[in-house]
Amino acid sequence: MDAPPARPLPTAGVEETEASPSLVTPAIQTEDLCLFYGETPALRNVSLSIPERQVTALIGPSGCGKSTLLRCFNRMNDLIPAVRVTGRCRIGGQDILDDGVDVIELRKRVGMVFQRSNPFPMSIRANMVYGLRLQGIRNRSEQDQIVEESLRAAALWDEVKDRLERNALELSGGQQQRLCIARAIAIRPRILLMDEPASALDPIATMRIEELILDLRRDYTIVIVTHNMQQATRISDQTAFLYLGEVVEFDRTARIFTHPREQRTEDYVTGRFG
Amino acid sequence: MSHFDQEIQVLKDRLLSMASRAESSVRNAIRALVERDDELARGVKGNDDQIDQLEKEIDEQAILLLAKAPLATQLRLIVSATKIARDLERVGDEATTISRRAIELGREPQLKPYVDIPRMAEMALAMLRDALDAFVGRDSAKARGVIPRDKEVDALNRQLYRELASFMIESPATTTRCLHLMTISKALERIADHAKNIAEDVVYLYEARDIRHGGLESDPR
Repeated sequence: MDAPPARPLPTAGVEETEASPSLVTPAIQTEDLCLFYGETPALRNVSLSIPERQVTALIGPSGCGKSTLLRCFNRMNDLIPAVRVTGRCRIGGQDILDDGVDVIELRKRVGMVFQRSNPFPMSIRANMVYGLRLQGIRNRSEQDQIVEESLRAAALWDEVKDRLERNALELSGGQQQRLCIARAIAIRPRILLMDEPASALDPIATMRIEELILDLRRDYTIVIVTHNMQQATRISDQTAFLYLGEVVEFDRTARIFTHPREQRTEDYVTGRFG
Repeated sequence: MSHFDQEIQVLKDRLLSMASRAESSVRNAIRALVERDDELARGVKGNDDQIDQLEKEIDEQAILLLAKAPLATQLRLIVSATKIARDLERVGDEATTISRRAIELGREPQLKPYVDIPRMAEMALAMLRDALDAFVGRDSAKARGVIPRDKEVDALNRQLYRELASFMIESPATTTRCLHLMTISKALERIADHAKNIAEDVVYLYEARDIRHGGLESDPR
């Protein structure tokens, strides 16, 4: 494939003054981030500044690199052989791409929720305390408190409080996904990464997840990959449009979906390609 | 209340704030005419700038809400809100027209006691208020009740035209003042038209039934 382009790549909408992504404290900052699967570039010079305690949506056609970018933020790509990453990715002032970074510690700060809900085949409570035990929290009352707080934050407590010992796989798809979000929250991350968290759910369950994301925004920085552009407009504060591994446009969501600067963004959001 | 419902509430609140400003603009413009109060008349223009600003804010918010792909009642509400905002903006413009003519009329002796114009203003404002109450109270029957009242305002406007025309024939020196009063009468007649439009939008909003142009033939289901 072609070499990464030499021209400066778009970051946040610098002309905007109101709630511009560039003017808010960044939770994640990438600089010339490139990722190759073998020799194939999947991300090209991505420079983004993702503000804290806001929702940032990553959109773009299949294969554009949005999930790959999301997985960079907690080094999930390390699990894939022959991946090479260059550039910088700062979280909390630290370049997480450095060799010396403790990836386990990083993933405590940067939680992840996947497309398919993946509760462990054990009780609801056991799902919730799994990560806490790994963190050395073994005191039962402390665990109970965190379980309740996290399930409440994930808007699931009222539905499961009387059946915490039941198998998590008995829950509906939407409940399982909210359990996975609660499980991620229990570790007290700063950042939540979500890879199409509602794409396997029906409209009602999707709506509940979207409401939950809007509630969680108060306390967490959320980065979400979605194929559903209306969902991006409903839940995100800013949106990055990726195409062929590069960030074509990154701006306030309102701007991206009503008057984008780039013709390619316009073409994508109006369904002309992708 | 969902996050989207909260945003819809903000849109409604903006619309009601705009309505209240439009109503007070008309009221002040008429008072300025009757009491020959230039300062009050000039204040109407300042209020109109704020009404215009609210219209822009409502349109901008509506675009963002539509991008979220709302359906059914929420979709109709957002579309209706932009149409109602446009009618209210025009009510504000009509009030400005009345206030300008009031200033002009204040420079000359009063032609006659103002009876019909304040009455027309009250009728038009009552229509506006009832249409907006129907919007807030989800009361499409009340909105339907507003629509025939437009004809009463039209009749009063025609009556005033005839009266002013005879004034001008009898005494050409009154022509300028009569033309100002005709413009004011027409402005009030238009305000009643806007109130009727809003009422029709409210019927569409709550009954999902478009009764414009066809009068009330299309009865409720």
